[in-house]
Amino acid sequence: MRQDSSRQSAGGPCVGLFVTCLVDAMRPAIGFAAINLLEAAGCRVEVPLQQTCCGQPALNSGDLAGARQIAQHTIALLEPFEYVVVPSGSCAATIRVHYTELFHEDPVWRARAQALAARTHELLSFLVDIRGWLPEQVALSASATYHDSCSGLRELAINAQPRRLLAAVEGLSLRPLEGNATCCGFGGMFCVKYAAISNAIVAEKAQSIEATGAELLLGGDLGCLMNLAGKLHRRGSRVRAFHTAEILAGMGGGPAIGEAT
Amino acid sequence: MSGARQRLSFDARVRDALADPLLKVAIDRTTGNARAKRAAAMAAWPGFSAARELGRDIKDHVIAHLDHYLVQFERNARSSGAQVHWARSGPEACDIVVAICRKAGARTVTRSKSMLGEEIGLPHALQEAAIERVETDLAEHIIQLAGDPPSHIIWPALHKTREQVAELFHAHHHDPGTLDSIEAMVASARRELRGRFLAADVGISGANFLIADTGAVCTVTNEGNAELTTTPPRVHIVTAGIEKLVPSCAHAMAMLRLLVRSATGAELTQYTTFHCGPKRPGDLDGPAEFHIVLVDGGRTRMLAEGLAEMLRCIRCGACLNHCVVYRHIGGHAYGAVYPGPMGSVLTPMLDGLPQSKDLPRACTLNGQCQEVCPVAIPLPTLLRGWRDRIWSTGLESVTVRQGFAVWRFLALHPALYRQASAMAVWMMAWFARGGWIARMPLAGGWTRYRDMPRPPRRTFIAQYRRRMARP
Repeated sequence: MRQDSSRQSAGGPCVGLFVTCLVDAMRPAIGFAAINLLEAAGCRVEVPLQQTCCGQPALNSGDLAGARQIAQHTIALLEPFEYVVVPSGSCAATIRVHYTELFHEDPVWRARAQALAARTHELLSFLVDIRGWLPEQVALSASATYHDSCSGLRELAINAQPRRLLAAVEGLSLRPLEGNATCCGFGGMFCVKYAAISNAIVAEKAQSIEATGAELLLGGDLGCLMNLAGKLHRRGSRVRAFHTAEILAGMGGGPAIGEAT
Repeated sequence: MSGARQRLSFDARVRDALADPLLKVAIDRTTGNARAKRAAAMAAWPGFSAARELGRDIKDHVIAHLDHYLVQFERNARSSGAQVHWARSGPEACDIVVAICRKAGARTVTRSKSMLGEEIGLPHALQEAAIERVETDLAEHIIQLAGDPPSHIIWPALHKTREQVAELFHAHHHDPGTLDSIEAMVASARRELRGRFLAADVGISGANFLIADTGAVCTVTNEGNAELTTTPPRVHIVTAGIEKLVPSCAHAMAMLRLLVRSATGAELTQYTTFHCGPKRPGDLDGPAEFHIVLVDGGRTRMLAEGLAEMLRCIRCGACLNHCVVYRHIGGHAYGAVYPGPMGSVLTPMLDGLPQSKDLPRACTLNGQCQEVCPVAIPLPTLLRGWRDRIWSTGLESVTVRQGFAVWRFLALHPALYRQASAMAVWMMAWFARGGWIARMPLAGGWTRYRDMPRPPRRTFIAQYRRRMARP
């Protein structure tokens, strides 16, 4: 299953990058930023080309049979790698936390799911906790505020890592966001199924973001960022949204989410 | 629950709630205050996480040994002079209460706030039996005047602003006075209720804890209304869910520390009372008859159907105060007795899943409810469990099921998935103006309220392949 890659450097752990279906379709820059960061942190990066979605929408909709099938596809695809890295807290949590629950009655797949879960990490926490890496000589003169996405925060305890990484970016000042740990109202299918409630939540969140006066909104999950950036734009706000990986990879000077290339 | 509101669909109730600007003001005032006070109480309590584990273990232990503790409680309550009744269901519990009232020749009953009373439909049953009911909790008094059901399990009148309460008191109280301050409003309610406390034939309360080794019933209030409800009348009736059991008074204290801090941020309620049997010879006051109605009402079924963890719930309301959905739609939109995260787990059990299938789904699964729960109930997991049940019992719409079938097929066939996603991003670009899509077919749920960023011309995998192909 592994793909040969001319980008491999000798030594360092072999990391399989699972970009997530949303990054694949909506914001490839995050995937390329992740490759750059992982290589800078001394990893050999491979992108298994047969990857699709982690199955989270099925899991959260109660379609357990569907979620299991997609999980089996993903487990088989990713298990050859020493580490699997995902630039999203909620997709990483699906693999790390929920895959094993899906197979509680199937010892063979449960063991495979557990083995994969132990080696799967969200990108920002992987860089800090596993690789002990911080960016050097990355500069961006801007003020930013940070939204903690819920799955990463509560299922994977990601909180300090992105802040440590961003603190190492020269010229970037982080402003506290009131209610930074409160859900943005995305919730996957929730945001279209219960659109009016989702809107009320994200509108309040957008106000809090605007109130910081920060130029940039940063986060670690594209779903939440698209929800927030889309609401901010609809409100006529000038706040620009990026995935943290893009800033760390020195791509903060490029187009933000929703800005024409 | 008022019938008219319950008959509306969930979406219609949500629409009404979101259209009411005063509702959001009222919710923000009370829940904002509650969150801040709880946070301060937890910050000042280094032992919280150990206490939480202990609380969880106490409840789990009792739930696993319900048979033992129920029998022990009944024996000790009887030997203290209480009369113990068993009710399988809400209607059965109401019948027992009404029969006791009738036997006592009751015309008026006072009632202190009890969510179980709401759950079993006691206000309605008393009305049907032509027994006058006087709610003595201040918030319950407010919603009784307004004809509303409770909208929060701790603050039933949370949906009313103080300005609205002043209007109500002005319209209904015999001697409202100026009502220009909260103190003046409380004084008006006191003047209104004081005589009613003393005139009641029967007092009905709930229970915060049933203490097995003494047979005592513990109630906590901040207004002292439970004491005035249960002491002067000739008959005191307790209605309690069987999950309220704790082994001993020490266990009740351990739970109380968690309950009060989680609910209001205080260390203790103003009144913590242990009701143990009727008036004994030589006692200065107390009821001549003391009845305890123990209600199953679906609780043993929860035990059997994988919802045992929900029986830990001590009704503190912290999950409501921290829920982003509750904080925008309020309690009434849930269309059930128990709103918020805990209600969305309980209601499908109490009212049936087909009628309440929106509740477990109208949740972002953000997990804040579980984080603040003082007995660590895995609320998101239990809500997911209901979603699984909705799917497996065919309650999900055909359109959604078909959509998922197509998507799943593609996710399992990467080559087709690549083609489909390439086509999707190509088509989306048609609707874009600059970097944004403001309107697009099949995406109304998103674009009605927010813009959608325009996807790039090629997906990540397509771009990555090209890079790899370069020499």
